[in-house]
Amino acid sequence: MAKLIWFGLKCILLCSTVGAVFEDQVGKFDWRQQYIGKVRFSHFDAHVQSSKKVLLATENNVFASINTKTGELFWRHVDMTGPEGNIDALLHHGQDAVLVVGDGRQLRSWDINIGGLNWEIVLDSGSFQAACLVGYQDTVKHVAVLKKTVISLHYLSNGHQKWIENLPESETVDFQAVYSGGNGEVYVLGVVPHSHITIVAYSLEDGEIIKQISVEAPWLSNIQASCVVIGRGMLTCVDSAAVSLYTLDLHVQSQMTQISLQSLELEATPGFQPVLVSTQPNPALPPLSEFFLQLGPEHHLLLQLNSGQIVTLRDFKPAMLVAFASPGEKTVAAVMSPKNKTACSLNLFSAESGRRLLDTTLIFNLDPYGGKPEKLHVQAFLKKDDAVGYRVMVQSEDHTLTFIQQPGRVMWTREEALSDVVTMEMVDLPLTGTQAELEGEFGKKADGLLSMLLKRLSSQLILLQASIAHLWKLFYDARKPRSLVKNDVTIENLSRDEFNLQKMMVMVTASGKLFGIDSKTGTILWRHYLDNIPSHAAFKLMVQRTTAHFPHPPQCTLLIKDKDTGLATLHVFNPIFGKKSQVTPPALLQPMLQSLMLPVMDQDYAKVLLLVDDQYKVSAFPSTKNVLQQLQEMASSIFFYIVDSDQGKLSGYRLQTDLSTELIWEIVMPTEVQRIVSVKGKRPNEHVHSQGRVMGDRSVLYKYLNPNLLAVVTESTDLHPERSFIGILLIDGVTGRIIHEAVQRKTKGPVHIVHSENWVVYEYWSTKSRRNEFSVIELYEGMELYNSTVFSSLDRPHAPQVLQQSYIFPSSISTMEATLTEKGITSRHLLIGLPSGGILSLPKMFLDPRRPEIMTEQSREENLIPYAPELLIRSEWFINYNQTVSRVRGIYTAPSGLESTCLVVAYGLDIYQTRVYPSKQFDVLKDDYDYMLISSVLFALFFATMISKRLAEVKLLNRAWR
Amino acid sequence: MARPLPFKIAAVSTVLFVVCTNFVFCNNGRRVGDVMETEFSGFSVPLEHSFEVADVAKFRVRGALMLKAGREPSVSLTQSQLSEEDRAKLKEVAAVDGLYRIRVPRVFLQADRQTERQMEGYLTAFVRACAMVESHLSDVISLHTDVSGYVIGVSIVTLPGACRGTEVEDEVDLEVFNTTLSLMAPVNAPGPETALFVEQMEIETEKKGKNPQEQKSFFAKYWYLILGGAIFLMVSNSAQPPAGGGREQS
Repeated sequence: MAKLIWFGLKCILLCSTVGAVFEDQVGKFDWRQQYIGKVRFSHFDAHVQSSKKVLLATENNVFASINTKTGELFWRHVDMTGPEGNIDALLHHGQDAVLVVGDGRQLRSWDINIGGLNWEIVLDSGSFQAACLVGYQDTVKHVAVLKKTVISLHYLSNGHQKWIENLPESETVDFQAVYSGGNGEVYVLGVVPHSHITIVAYSLEDGEIIKQISVEAPWLSNIQASCVVIGRGMLTCVDSAAVSLYTLDLHVQSQMTQISLQSLELEATPGFQPVLVSTQPNPALPPLSEFFLQLGPEHHLLLQLNSGQIVTLRDFKPAMLVAFASPGEKTVAAVMSPKNKTACSLNLFSAESGRRLLDTTLIFNLDPYGGKPEKLHVQAFLKKDDAVGYRVMVQSEDHTLTFIQQPGRVMWTREEALSDVVTMEMVDLPLTGTQAELEGEFGKKADGLLSMLLKRLSSQLILLQASIAHLWKLFYDARKPRSLVKNDVTIENLSRDEFNLQKMMVMVTASGKLFGIDSKTGTILWRHYLDNIPSHAAFKLMVQRTTAHFPHPPQCTLLIKDKDTGLATLHVFNPIFGKKSQVTPPALLQPMLQSLMLPVMDQDYAKVLLLVDDQYKVSAFPSTKNVLQQLQEMASSIFFYIVDSDQGKLSGYRLQTDLSTELIWEIVMPTEVQRIVSVKGKRPNEHVHSQGRVMGDRSVLYKYLNPNLLAVVTESTDLHPERSFIGILLIDGVTGRIIHEAVQRKTKGPVHIVHSENWVVYEYWSTKSRRNEFSVIELYEGMELYNSTVFSSLDRPHAPQVLQQSYIFPSSISTMEATLTEKGITSRHLLIGLPSGGILSLPKMFLDPRRPEIMTEQSREENLIPYAPELLIRSEWFINYNQTVSRVRGIYTAPSGLESTCLVVAYGLDIYQTRVYPSKQFDVLKDDYDYMLISSVLFALFFATMISKRLAEVKLLNRAWR
Repeated sequence: MARPLPFKIAAVSTVLFVVCTNFVFCNNGRRVGDVMETEFSGFSVPLEHSFEVADVAKFRVRGALMLKAGREPSVSLTQSQLSEEDRAKLKEVAAVDGLYRIRVPRVFLQADRQTERQMEGYLTAFVRACAMVESHLSDVISLHTDVSGYVIGVSIVTLPGACRGTEVEDEVDLEVFNTTLSLMAPVNAPGPETALFVEQMEIETEKKGKNPQEQKSFFAKYWYLILGGAIFLMVSNSAQPPAGGGREQS
């Protein structure tokens, strides 16, 4: 142990590159945003009169409570990802919220005030069907959970099981719904598709079957989709084929009564499956006898079941969305109908009569760059004068939540699409108007002496004007108290700062919504929803033109590929303003195989994007004459590769002058042994400052810096812990030469890999030792360089030296990325996202295959750390101190204008942005730098020299006289 | 438009392939193109090459790779000289900066039966034709296998690798291939080196153990701390009125 501590101390001494945050720096350079995901269930807390809580359960397995005043999280519980944490149902009663999680595996009760767990019980296995609260004599004490074969009743207070009963004939009947109307019976509704409905009534007391009836229903296939219970136990179903409603009294065994819609003088939109919506404000009382029937996408009806007769209370056409809400005893219905192209209006109606309530109109302005409204969540309350007031949370297709109060004031919006960021880029902000003006002056072509002079004079004038304005602003701001000076970032006043630390984060989310976020504050500056995104889409975001080419606007291209069909579309936009570009992208009719960005630019400084379709034909975007000519000239030096992991094939192609391609190399890995899981190249904007490493004896070990190198990771198909392995291949992407091939035996994935400079770092699970391990491969050319001026894959006959070392890592990891700086002088760190929510900045120094096992004089000279098999996690390496980032999926790094500083964005359920200084801030003066002292010393020295010079002169003169 | 073209090429190349195999003979007098069982439980597959001015691959047999399967697979190569015609063509291709390609069929070294050894498809690699010419046909070919013995890739480099534009005057230099051939299996990547580290630690502790200063017992080392703690406890016990205890009793 002492040895370990000693070793740790030595490590700290050796590499004092630890960058912790001081207390007063918290939140200064970093920010975090927490999200919950697409909302599945919501409940407003109506338990207390002035409650400002809404409970939300989402498709990302998150259960949260949000402050309705501000839109901020009160608390949030993040469950396991995947089906184990899936929230099946959310029931809310009083202080408690009951959740069924993981396909009916767990039943949990939460206290909604503090978000604490009341109790949790594990249910028997079996797939979950439905759950409901069961009330009796005005009190709700139980919750019923229906599974495929059993129904169980639990106490709300402690979760204990009151009774559990097997469902009769569960092998033939598909039980889908459970209902309780507060009369001491629990009804379970099942269906044999296209045959009959089975209704089983259980006694609340002991679970005894009171009765069991079957009713013919040859038209019914799914109860949950087409039936609801209305009024005093009237099962009402809608059949689109026969265009009619069916009703059945659950208490009396009888036939289903058919009421055709025609007899009600109603007509359904052809091809639309009608939907019924009912409401049961109190679980201890039967549902209301009023219900909604949706007959078309914009057609709703409020109907009432009155002693077996269905009466139309009100016809809403057009009405996109409806919802019930129950403030107190009354029940109201909120109806959203389109007003004009840019706005919708909401109104409240009394559920009993269908009359519109006075002064309840609410205007909801549609976001032109957002999705359509999808769901209404209404919070209704009684005002002091007993009138009904309400607020609405509108959920849109793009997962946005907008909370509005009368008469249309947006209280907050939450962009829940950001909980699922797929890819992102950071783009430099444009220069200010004046800077751009100066740049533009140099950029334009000279057209005469006089005009040039005028131009210069005018730009100088503009500069003068700008500086006066700036001074005025400073003076003006100085008079105001500090707190009033706001530095709101808007799209208008965006400009690059001196060190290029503020950038535009362009984020692409799985829902198809694009965001532009200011990296300094986290403010969303623009959003744009693409509404034709396929469900299984892959995204690739590329920056075609940066902001450096004024007056051409910057340009980003998003490639959206449907994973099922392979068909792709391009979305071209301006990353600073989010606007769709004027440039029309080519229509891609063939499935896409590969896309690559060339360093070649057209006359408008847009980089050329090559797209390879499944016929191996290449199309260029932009495809101007200039571009095609350039491509023809350099076709023989454009190589690309295609990975087909289904066939285990890696193939290399070369472009030909007629934009067709030729196959030039091929590597085939038999899929019965191993499959390709990932292929990683290097980042194109990466710079390597030093070509080699200085050894202890002052000789240089040159790095093998092949920009075309690919790291290919394979996993064995045999998953037996003794025989499974992962393979690492280093392949030259131009020639297809296998530079290095290694297998890590008795290991398995998932493998996380970072490939940069002359090294590859990967992490895997060792099945033999049952632990996570890191391995690093470094490539060196040797003591002399083959060709020091230029690297060509076609002319490197000697294989590089390969060094490799492995380490034990005490935690599993979620994602990994390396820091990136402007010139590559700063030492590198690995940023590791841990499942615990921490982001670890691990110096690359610790992952160095040259770490010696036995220290020698030379290795000491080289500053190598002695080898230790375990990599320790030091708490000061966490760059996000206590700002946990849930479910990190990706880390993005971007260089800033300062060599020492690297911008980091970690995204997952949350988004976290910060800066890291892998070699400390060697190029920045400290905040508390003493300018006064240094300047006074300077002045003092200056005067001292002046005086002493004078004195020396006098002395010399005196001596001369002597 | 593009679809029927490769078919034609394929047809042409197969025709040529058949024609060529009829003319090329190996040292042992057998036909090279065929896969055959040899005495040392090895087998042979053709190594083919292609160099065309109009960058469309037409593979012809260059030699035969004799592969020896088993625990320690090995490979050797027998190849013929380049014909007069080929030499001229190679120089021509080099002049227009064309490619010199090679390919080998996919093979499985560990299989027992003949039919399992060869699989559908080829592994291809290339080098610039000028490099081939300027190196006087000195090339290094390596066959890479995976863990189970499948050949997954082939690579070719020339020595020297550069194209400097030097003319090769002597035709004789382009007659005989000077090939270095190797069969590369994946290396085993090292795991964490715990054994040596533990050993080192043991040596360290042993060294410490010999040091008499370190051999003191726990009490000998920390007697002053324990004594101090004991005194402190005694003092605090006697000084504190038993308020908490009193409440407990009641």
